[in-house]
Amino acid sequence: MIQISNLHKSYVMGHNSLHVLKGLELDIEEGEFVSIMGSSGSGKSTLLNILGILDDYDLGTYYLGGKLIQGLNETKAAITRNEMIGFIFQSFNLISFKNAMENVALPLYYQKVSRKKRNQIALEYLDRLGLKEWAHHLPSEMSGGQKQRVAIARALISQPQIILADEPTGALDSTTSFEVMDILKEINDQGKTVIIVTHEHDIAAMTKKIIRLKDGVIEEVIKNGDLQLFKDRVRTE
Amino acid sequence: MFDIDRWNEIWNALAKNKVRSLLTAFGVFWGIFMLIVMAGSGNGLQNGVSEGIAKFAANSAFFWSEQTSEPYKGFKRGRYWHMDSEDLQYLKDKVPEIEYITPKNFTGRFGSGSNVIRGKKNGSFNVKGDYPDYVKIDPATVLKGRWINDLDIRDKRKVCVIGEKVFESLFDPKENPLGQYLKISGVYYQVVGLIRAETQININGRTEESISLPFTTMLQTYNMGNQVHFLAITAKKGVPVSVVEDKVKEFIKKKHSIAPTDVQALNSVNIEKEFKQMSGLFLGIQILTWIVGIGTLLAGVIGVSNIMLVIIKERTKEIGVQRAIGATPRVIIGQIMLESVVLTTVAGYIGLSMGVGLLELVNRIIESAPTQAGDRPFFTHPEVSLTVALSALAVLIIAGLFAGMIPASRAIQIKPIDALREE
Ligand SMILES: Nc1ncnc2c1ncn2[C@@H]1O[C@H](COP(=O)(O)OP(=O)(O)OP(=O)(O)O)[C@@H](O)[C@H]1O
Ligand SMILES: [Mg+2]
Repeated sequence: MIQISNLHKSYVMGHNSLHVLKGLELDIEEGEFVSIMGSSGSGKSTLLNILGILDDYDLGTYYLGGKLIQGLNETKAAITRNEMIGFIFQSFNLISFKNAMENVALPLYYQKVSRKKRNQIALEYLDRLGLKEWAHHLPSEMSGGQKQRVAIARALISQPQIILADEPTGALDSTTSFEVMDILKEINDQGKTVIIVTHEHDIAAMTKKIIRLKDGVIEEVIKNGDLQLFKDRVRTE
Repeated sequence: MFDIDRWNEIWNALAKNKVRSLLTAFGVFWGIFMLIVMAGSGNGLQNGVSEGIAKFAANSAFFWSEQTSEPYKGFKRGRYWHMDSEDLQYLKDKVPEIEYITPKNFTGRFGSGSNVIRGKKNGSFNVKGDYPDYVKIDPATVLKGRWINDLDIRDKRKVCVIGEKVFESLFDPKENPLGQYLKISGVYYQVVGLIRAETQININGRTEESISLPFTTMLQTYNMGNQVHFLAITAKKGVPVSVVEDKVKEFIKKKHSIAPTDVQALNSVNIEKEFKQMSGLFLGIQILTWIVGIGTLLAGVIGVSNIMLVIIKERTKEIGVQRAIGATPRVIIGQIMLESVVLTTVAGYIGLSMGVGLLELVNRIIESAPTQAGDRPFFTHPEVSLTVALSALAVLIIAGLFAGMIPASRAIQIKPIDALREE
C-alpha cells in the first residue's frame, strides 16, 4: 500500500533549515493497523502529512497504492486525497457552521454526489457510529468524543483505503479514547489500512504494529508478535 | 456554476454567518442606493425644469431696449430710446425668417405692480399689454373665457385677461370672473378670460400674478405713444434663432441710429441657446451622478473585497479542512467568487429596490402636496429608467466577480498543511 524509501524533508525558515526526516524507509501493507510513536519534534506529524499528500518532500520516493506521489499539482492532490485517504485530526476540524450530517457529507460534495443522496449516506455513517440523534446538531453542541466520531464518519464516507489520524485521542479522556480506538480497530477489521500518530503507549498497544521515530529515521519497528513484549516493557519503563 | 447544490452550499455558508454577510453586503448596498437616488434626483430636477419650460417655444428670442453705450450719428452715449410699433412691420419686411413677432409692454418699472381694485378687494399685480400671437410663443391654458383677440387690438377695447392668482385674490372661489370689472390705476376693464401659464418662464412677473390688456389699449390709456418695451420673436422652421436674432438687432439699430458696435443698447435672450446650455448642464449633472455613483459603488466593492480578505483569514482553517478532504482549488475559487457575486448582487438588488422605493415615495409626496395655482415644483418624477437599473445590476455582478478575485486567489495560496497546523 505504502512504500517509502530514502525520504528527506527539511523545513526552511529564512537562513536556517531544519532537517526533520533523514532518509526514512517505510513499508506498510494493505490492511495494516500502524501507530507511529516518537518524542515530540521527532517528525511524526511531518511524516503523516507527507503520507496524506498534505505536504511534499525533498528527496526520495513515495508510492501510494502503486502510484508515485511526487510533485502533484493541487487539483490532483485534492482528488487523490478525496478518493484514497480519510483524515482524522486531534482537534477534529469540523466546519463550525455545518451540522454533523453536513460535515460528514462534505467529501461526497466534492465528488458531486447529490445533496439528498450524500445526506442519506451521511446519516447511515452517523448511525453506524451511534450518532443518529445528533445529525442535526452543530459541532459546538457536541462533546469531544462525539465530535471525533463525526470526524471519523467524515473520514470514512468516501470509502478510502487508508485512514490517517494524527493523535486522534489527544484531546479525549481515556474512556473516550478507548471507544475511539475500538472504532478504528473495527474499521481496520473491515480491511482498511489505519495509521495513527500517538504519544500514549496504551493507545499504541492497541494497534498491530508500532513504528518508533528518532532523529529523522525509524529507530524500531515492533510487530504483532512482539506487542506483548512491548506492553511489558512499557509497564516497566 | 448553475449546479443547484453549489448554490445551496453558498446559501448555507452565507445564511449561517449572518453578521459577516451583512457587514460585507452593506457597502455595496449603500453604493447602489446612492447611485439610484442620485441618478433619480438628477432626473427629477431635469424633469421639473424641463416641464417648466418645455412648452415654451424653443425657437424664440426676446429683445428689450437699454441706454446706449456709444455715441453715434450726433447722439451722445447714455441716450434713452424705445422700439416702436412701426418696427414690427419693418422687421417683418426686412427679416423674412421671422415666424411670429409680438410686442409686449409693461406699466411702471420692472417688477413693481399696479394697484387693482374690485369692490372691497384689491391687490398689486403686474399689468402687461399683449398681442393675440403672444400665446403662440409662451403658451397658456385658457381656463375660462378667451385670450386677447384681433378685435380687442383694433378697437382698443377696455378688456383684460387675468391669471389664477389674480382671480384668487379678487374673486370668491365660486364666482365667475367673466363679465366683471376691475379698476386698474383708475380705469375700468371688463374681464374676458382667465388663464393658467404652461411654462415657468416669467417676463416681468409671473403670468398667474399678471393682468393682460390689449396692447393697443395699453398704449392709449397709459400714454405710451407707440413705444414698444419688449419684443418676442420666433424663427421659421429650420432657421437657427441666432440668425434671426442677429438680423433683428442689425435692422433695429440701423433704424434707431444706434452704433452697430453697441452691444448694450439692445438686449436679447435667445431661448434656443439657453435650452442648449441647459441640456449641457443636465448632461453634466448626469455624468457627475455616474462618476460619484460608480465611485461610491467602487468603494463598496473594495469594501467587499477587503472584508472577504479578512474573512478568508478567519476561514483559513475551514478552507484548509475542505482542501484536505478533497476540495480542489477550482471548487474553492468558485465558492468564494460565487459568494462574492451573490452577496454583491443581493445587496445591490436590495439597494436598488430601496433606492427606487425612496424615489417613488418622494414622487408621491410631491404629487400629493397641495400645489398652489401655477406653483409647479421644480422637481418632478424622480425616477431611473430600466436600462439604468439593469446596467447597474450588470455592473454589480461584474463588480462582485472583481471583489471575489483577490480573496479567492489568496484562499488558494493557503496550503492545507498551513491551515491545519495546530497553534
Ligand atoms: N511548517 C514548519 N516550519 C518549520 N518547522 C516546522 C514546521 N512543521 C514542523 N516543524 C518542525 O519540525 C520538527 C518536527 O515537527 P513535527 O510536527 O513533525 O513533530 P511531531 O513529531 O509531530 O511532534 P509532536 O509530538 O509535538 O506533535 C519540529 O522541530 C517542528 O518544530
Ligand atoms: Mg505532531
